[in-house]
Amino acid sequence: MPTRRLSIVLAEDSLLLREGLASILDRAGHEVRDSVGDADTLLAVVRKDPPDVVITDVRMPPGHSDEGLRAAAAIRAELPAIGILVLSQYVADAYLSSLLETTTGGIGYLLKDRVGHVTEFLESLDRVADGGTVVDPEVVRQLLARRRNDGPLAALTPRELEVLALMAEGRVNASIAEHLVVSEAAVRKHVGNIFAKLQLDDGLDRRVSAVLTYLRG
Amino acid sequence: MESPKTVWGALASPRYLISSWPWRSYAYLLTSVPMGALSIVVLIGIAGLSALLSPILIGILMLTAFPLLGAGIGWIERRRAGLMLVDGVSSPHAKLPAGLTRRARLTYRRREQASMRALGYSFVLGVFLWPVSAAFAGISATVLLTTLAAPVIADGDQMGMGPWTLDTAREGLVFLVLFGPVFFAVSSYLLGLIAGAEAALARAMLGPRQEELQRNLAELRRSRLDLVDAFETERARIERHLHDGVQQRLVGLTMTLGLAELDLPEGEGRRLVVKAHAEAEAALADLRAAVRGIHPRVLVDHGLEAAVREVADRMPLPVALQFSIVARLPAPIEAAAYFVVSEALANVAKHARATKCEVSGWVDRERLVITVQDDGVGGARPGEGTGLTGLVTRLDALGGTLDVDSPPGGPTRLRMECPCQLGD
Repeated sequence: MPTRRLSIVLAEDSLLLREGLASILDRAGHEVRDSVGDADTLLAVVRKDPPDVVITDVRMPPGHSDEGLRAAAAIRAELPAIGILVLSQYVADAYLSSLLETTTGGIGYLLKDRVGHVTEFLESLDRVADGGTVVDPEVVRQLLARRRNDGPLAALTPRELEVLALMAEGRVNASIAEHLVVSEAAVRKHVGNIFAKLQLDDGLDRRVSAVLTYLRG
Repeated sequence: MESPKTVWGALASPRYLISSWPWRSYAYLLTSVPMGALSIVVLIGIAGLSALLSPILIGILMLTAFPLLGAGIGWIERRRAGLMLVDGVSSPHAKLPAGLTRRARLTYRRREQASMRALGYSFVLGVFLWPVSAAFAGISATVLLTTLAAPVIADGDQMGMGPWTLDTAREGLVFLVLFGPVFFAVSSYLLGLIAGAEAALARAMLGPRQEELQRNLAELRRSRLDLVDAFETERARIERHLHDGVQQRLVGLTMTLGLAELDLPEGEGRRLVVKAHAEAEAALADLRAAVRGIHPRVLVDHGLEAAVREVADRMPLPVALQFSIVARLPAPIEAAAYFVVSEALANVAKHARATKCEVSGWVDRERLVITVQDDGVGGARPGEGTGLTGLVTRLDALGGTLDVDSPPGGPTRLRMECPCQLGD
């Protein structure tokens, strides 16, 4: 259950899903400050009074293309402190890449199906609000299957990649340990190795940087 | 030996005299007699009538109908020319635009150059061709028949055949045997030449000109393109319907089930709701896969490269992408290219036993070129359950081609080319 009450702007053009999402968030004790049905209104509302988190659909009116995603990128550029959780109807890394281009965290990209797993969805929301990065396991699975022969990830062992994939999903060490059926100490060791091999800058949140490196391939 | 398609080929053959061609020539020349007579009577009749009626306007209207008359005669004559030209004479007339009234259709035909040519041919047929045909074929047929009948006729009567006088049946028989074959041979070659020349004239005047042929080809391509376009629009419509309707409802259902799970205490009821939730998610996953197969959303939103990248990411083997296509292409072309790549990659995964694969795409002289190459075992034969056959048809309609080079032992290389613009 949520650690704090978030103020949220919800952008979703389907009334059915908007109501469903609002009731889930409401139940969890968050404040759905505004519910909007198109990208322009979303931008206007957010600029007027920035919320903690924006939850937006990818496909929105007027063009029913990727207006929601573009609005998210615009918000990220103007107001980097706002957490952004993008909900998509399909696994498509074309959408994710354009989202990651400017970002350093506070971003989530989930399939809409995940919303039905209420507890996990709310946890993901909290992580995004806290500046973490959450990527749908399905997307992670696809990215994992891809070209690993080049780039910074080549140095990682399969086990380390597995750990990194779970990090990308937004899991904390305890959750990763549970998932892989190993001790938390072992996970910490893997994470340390990953940071070392990817040569991440200590100044940034290394966990987030590692995930971003991973997602950018 | 292949049988000749025209009388010219037949004339050159040693089997000309025992082939059907002499008789075709007779048939063609003799049928041109009633046709020619009919044409001239109709043409002169209508011309006279319209001259007579010209003071009251109807006559002038009748004059305007002349090209249509020519077109009508042309229609019959093209069929008759089939006697001499095995491949027939194709129509020079354009396909009528859709949605015209009967009156507008007649006007359209009347103004066509092909109709005027047919009218000209009708005059030539009525004034010149049929008398020539009648003279040669008529005289030749009469002489031939008389020669055949010579033994019978000479039996009763004295009969004169040119310089010869036949008195008895015996003399008639001798004449038939000696003169008949020679005459048949000579007249057959002559008639073949005349009939062939007339048919050639008919084809020249009634058949399509070069530009008309090109126009017909363009029409054909356009109609196939329309078909592909309609197909593409329909796919997009179905995709939108599933995406905005069915998929949303299923997502809504999973949310409701998710909330219900939270409310229910541990027990059978909760177990069933969890099960229903899992089933709804499986249905969503199936639906997502189906929608992707119908028309991937990424293709519409982000173009060919992004869509191909998604396919590549789902592959069980590493796929290297080399794309240098910056501009968006017309939707039917992007869709055809996408489905070619996705089918090709599916084949690689299923059959090729390859360890890696490379997809390249670029534009070369206004043509989109895409190649898919693997390092597998080869031996793929296009059109044999590869699922590419339908795509070849689609590409063809767009003016594109698909080549599969897959020697046994590999590797398999597939190359697709397609113009970057729709139409000609």
